[in-house]
Amino acid sequence: MIKALIARIKQGYRTMEFPSPEIKLPPRFLGLPEIKAAGLEKAAAACPYAAISAQAGTLDLGRCVFCGACAKASPAVKFTKEYKLCAGSREDLVLGRDGARRARPVPEDLRRILGRSFKLRQVSAGGCGACEADCNVLGTLAFDLGRFGVQFVASPRHADAVLITGPVTKNMALALRKTYDAVPAPKLVIACGACAISGGPYSGHEECPGIPADIPVDLYIPGCPPHPLTILDGILRLIGRVE
Amino acid sequence: MKTDNHSSFIFSATDIEPEIFLDTAGSRLAAGGRAIAYFAVPEGAAYRLVLAVAFDRESRVEVYSAPLGGPFRSLTPSFPQLHLFEREIYEQTGYTPEGHPWLKPVRFTGANDKPGVADFFSVHGSEIHEVAVGPVHAGVIEPGHFRFQCHGEKVFHLEIMLGYQHRGVEKRFIGGPGPRDLRYAETLAGDTSIGHGWAYCGAIEALCGVNVPARAQALRGIMLELERLANHTGDLGALSGDVAYLPTASFCGRLRGDFLNMSALVCGSRFGRNMLRPGGVNFDLDYALVKELKLRLETVYRDVENAVSLLWNTASVIDRFDGTGTVSKQAAEGLGLVGPAARASGVGLDTRRNFPYGPYENFTLAVSGSGDVYSRAYVRWLEIQKSADLVAAWLDSLPEGPVSAECGDLKPDCGAISLIEGWRGQICHFALTGADGKLRYYKAADPSFHNWQGLAMALRNGEISDFPLCNKSFNLSYCGHDL
Ligand code: SF4
Repeated sequence: MIKALIARIKQGYRTMEFPSPEIKLPPRFLGLPEIKAAGLEKAAAACPYAAISAQAGTLDLGRCVFCGACAKASPAVKFTKEYKLCAGSREDLVLGRDGARRARPVPEDLRRILGRSFKLRQVSAGGCGACEADCNVLGTLAFDLGRFGVQFVASPRHADAVLITGPVTKNMALALRKTYDAVPAPKLVIACGACAISGGPYSGHEECPGIPADIPVDLYIPGCPPHPLTILDGILRLIGRVE
Repeated sequence: MKTDNHSSFIFSATDIEPEIFLDTAGSRLAAGGRAIAYFAVPEGAAYRLVLAVAFDRESRVEVYSAPLGGPFRSLTPSFPQLHLFEREIYEQTGYTPEGHPWLKPVRFTGANDKPGVADFFSVHGSEIHEVAVGPVHAGVIEPGHFRFQCHGEKVFHLEIMLGYQHRGVEKRFIGGPGPRDLRYAETLAGDTSIGHGWAYCGAIEALCGVNVPARAQALRGIMLELERLANHTGDLGALSGDVAYLPTASFCGRLRGDFLNMSALVCGSRFGRNMLRPGGVNFDLDYALVKELKLRLETVYRDVENAVSLLWNTASVIDRFDGTGTVSKQAAEGLGLVGPAARASGVGLDTRRNFPYGPYENFTLAVSGSGDVYSRAYVRWLEIQKSADLVAAWLDSLPEGPVSAECGDLKPDCGAISLIEGWRGQICHFALTGADGKLRYYKAADPSFHNWQGLAMALRNGEISDFPLCNKSFNLSYCGHDL
């Protein structure tokens, strides 16, 4: 017992402040990209995921897996270290359009219900397990998701929202449907990671039909995988805990 | 035909008479060989059966192939390590391995397949009950279906059905190398991005005959060991959490992240994404970064040592770890288990020692155990110490020079085997080129492919309440199995 207490003192207090202007991401981190029209064709040609349209002058954060190939090919794309990437609608993820990338908190009445106690049922539906890992990290003492009243729960019956990761494989379609149906209304849906949004690295695979159209998504969190801070920021924005 | 890790061979040299193929396979396995790949590659209107056997003690790989046009004799009854390979061949070709004791789908890829719907072993009798779990589990974790046959608390048998994560990656390599390939490899199992990424690069490099510069090799080594450090540390924390010992669980959760952040310092991604490229690496370290990494390694390692040593000094932890979920050496060898799970059962296989590659010259690490949860945990701790030493040594003496070399065209009609010791164990990528120098076939085996059956064995005659603990002690990949 005494050893555990000594260890506790040695390990120190490690929970980060959030949100905080102090948060610093590593110099080589690829966050929110900035695009310029000049030279965008080259960047578009370099992207294996058709995330960039030179014609429209856009970059779709929902398709982007942050591989950096475009920035290597052309100075038209530059990555900043901005980790706040989420958006409330699919269109808002497309950079280069007017008014793009607005995170929309849920309406006031829902916020009153969910703002202080928000329970998530995570469904892993394909993918590589990295999004799951970065969701799990939020439960560690470094992020301490619980302090915001947000928690991953085991039963869909206890959940306010379904957080989906992965490109939704054919083999997970039924399990996702059953889980979604089991969550009582009002319920929200979060698509976490490039896979869940667009198929990500697996876009175009017939094995991965994606989130069905009749499951409406309320929050999109881009990344491959999204940084834990990106996920945290998205969830808190959705329930109106960060502006 | 003999070959080495990370070198190419003329594929036609592997051809042997179809009549003797299975007998040869049997005799090589009986001689102590371990199957690292066994698959059917399309050829004309039919297939060609390919088997790669590793002889770990002699650092040698042998490859045999022969045409396959119909049902074939199952070798699983004599060599259980082939059970899943043969099921996979059956699923992909429709040809029956005759005499296979439990032939059923692996990934439910057929048009009429319903995931998880297949025959299951069942036990009958009074007071016998069946527990079915998944695909959606209680935690934030990948999907899989587990079915337990129990008598009270006691588990007679656990059957594991996977395939829910199948996203069709392997066949997308065909026709390449393509611009999506590296990310495909990195996401075969997302927590093993460096392991699988390196295995992919190794296969391509062997096929183009390029020499990877020494500095790039050392940088790859640093990233692979950081990946191992992060995952082993995280798993020790999770094991601690599963026996309700919260101090180590909390500390290790944070420390795992500190290792991931070290990877992010090198390449921007916590999972090591974008670090690798065929021919070398994309990111170099300058003096300041080396210094920063050394400093972090020292402090993080000190905290890990502090957190983990609590485990071995806490009676309630030892009591739960000791003797739980034992896999005998005989079972581990028979099933072809790999990685820390195999080493914990006394199987002396480590790709870094048995098939040295890249920066792992003269690698030694003696680990062993009695095959229980305690052994699987303690082996992780021994490996953490070794990995920290390796990273520190490489940071101290990074070879000078470039960090990548240009890869030319792939040699036509060749094969290459790339073995890497990922944190879960041996990763095997097998690449074949066609006459046009494009990838004709690609086969990837995550350590989980071999080890899931080990978890099932660990539960035999154990208590069902020990399942989470046993499961975590293996911590296998669903996506790495499902591909
Ligand atoms: S970073 Fe994103 S937009 Fe750029 S090439 Fe990669 S996937 Fe495409």
